[in-house]
Amino acid sequence: MIDFWLDSRSGVAPYLQVVQQVRHAFRLGMLREGDQLPTVKDVVASLAINPNTVLKAYRELEHEGLVKPRPGVGTFVTRSLPDDMIEIYRPLRRELESWLVKARRAGLDHESIEALVASTFRAEQDVA
Amino acid sequence: MTTILEARGLGKRYGRRWALQDCTVDLPAGHVTGLVGPNGAGKTTLLNIAAGVLSPSTGTIEVCGKRPASSAAQLARVGVVAQHTPIFAALTVAEHLEMGARLNLTWDDALAWRRLDALRLDPKQRADRLSGGQRAQLVLTLALAKRPELLILDEPVASLDPLARREFLQGLMEAVADNEMSVVISSHLVSDLERVCDHIIVLVDSKVRVSGDVETLLDTHYRLVGPRRDTTRLPSDQHLVEARSTDRQSTFIVRTEAPIADPVWSVSRIGLEDLVLAYMSQPTEGPRGRPLEVAQ
Repeated sequence: MIDFWLDSRSGVAPYLQVVQQVRHAFRLGMLREGDQLPTVKDVVASLAINPNTVLKAYRELEHEGLVKPRPGVGTFVTRSLPDDMIEIYRPLRRELESWLVKARRAGLDHESIEALVASTFRAEQDVA
Repeated sequence: MTTILEARGLGKRYGRRWALQDCTVDLPAGHVTGLVGPNGAGKTTLLNIAAGVLSPSTGTIEVCGKRPASSAAQLARVGVVAQHTPIFAALTVAEHLEMGARLNLTWDDALAWRRLDALRLDPKQRADRLSGGQRAQLVLTLALAKRPELLILDEPVASLDPLARREFLQGLMEAVADNEMSVVISSHLVSDLERVCDHIIVLVDSKVRVSGDVETLLDTHYRLVGPRRDTTRLPSDQHLVEARSTDRQSTFIVRTEAPIADPVWSVSRIGLEDLVLAYMSQPTEGPRGRPLEVAQ
């Protein structure tokens, strides 16, 4: 079981924060096939948020094929992260790390690096 | 949108002074609606009329399809957590529940006791010995045990410390998840409303400035910052909510469904608090002279 939290200053809609936290836990292998997500009632009782927010998040995750509700029981993860995903992540991460070293050597600070990554990411998305 | 409350031209006059004048508002059914506005906007008067505590001087109002307090059955449909959460000082917690059971047409005793248990409230405690947070929780318990179709809360958490406030809202949201009911909650604490409400109404001078689904509102409002520009030069699909300009720079808050293409602007999203403030600070008639209704 995982726990949700809410960053009220992030500017990210609460339902999206829940969606992202589930995806994140999934990618890190903290959620596997068959695992149950907290019930809507548990989430609203701990975060003091609107039940519709949680329902919307769970619907979105269901739409993505990541979870499935079992009526009267709860919402369950329906997939596991393929083992080879970890094999794919590892070399990509290494490349990223060496790129970061280069960026620091070139004199970029934390903020400049983030800005460069974000703007490149956006530009690439616009092309795609 | 199905409504749980419909007010048309509603007004309440005390002598020469109008506490509420020509108020027309719809509350959606099955939602938690936040009611915000400056002091004196008429929020409490509107809620008191809806609860059947006050009768209107002018206009009409229907709650769950009927006139407020028109019958015992009608009273049973509406639960109220009034401002300053009134209790009977000399009665114990248990006696409050007994009274609730006797006075109400519908009463879920099991629910009431379950909540007391979960809150670890001592039934033998006198109500005037309760902390502010416990007192608010007791009043909420009484309102919930009626199993109302509409729950009205008027500034329920204003005087509570942050922990008691969070606990109150947790209990409220748990109840909303469990029961099918509509809720309207007035508060100045927009950060709380942002968490618990999925619909928001901004009321200024008895008039609805904006009413809509919270996420839709947040998705369609932007802050534009750029070189000074005349407000009339905005594209027609961008509705100006707030405009501020210096001799060099303009800062606009606009509502638009379409993406903002003009490269001159630096565009950012705004939070609910800024959005509410922008509508509250508009001149009385608003730039377009009509309230904004955002589709669900």
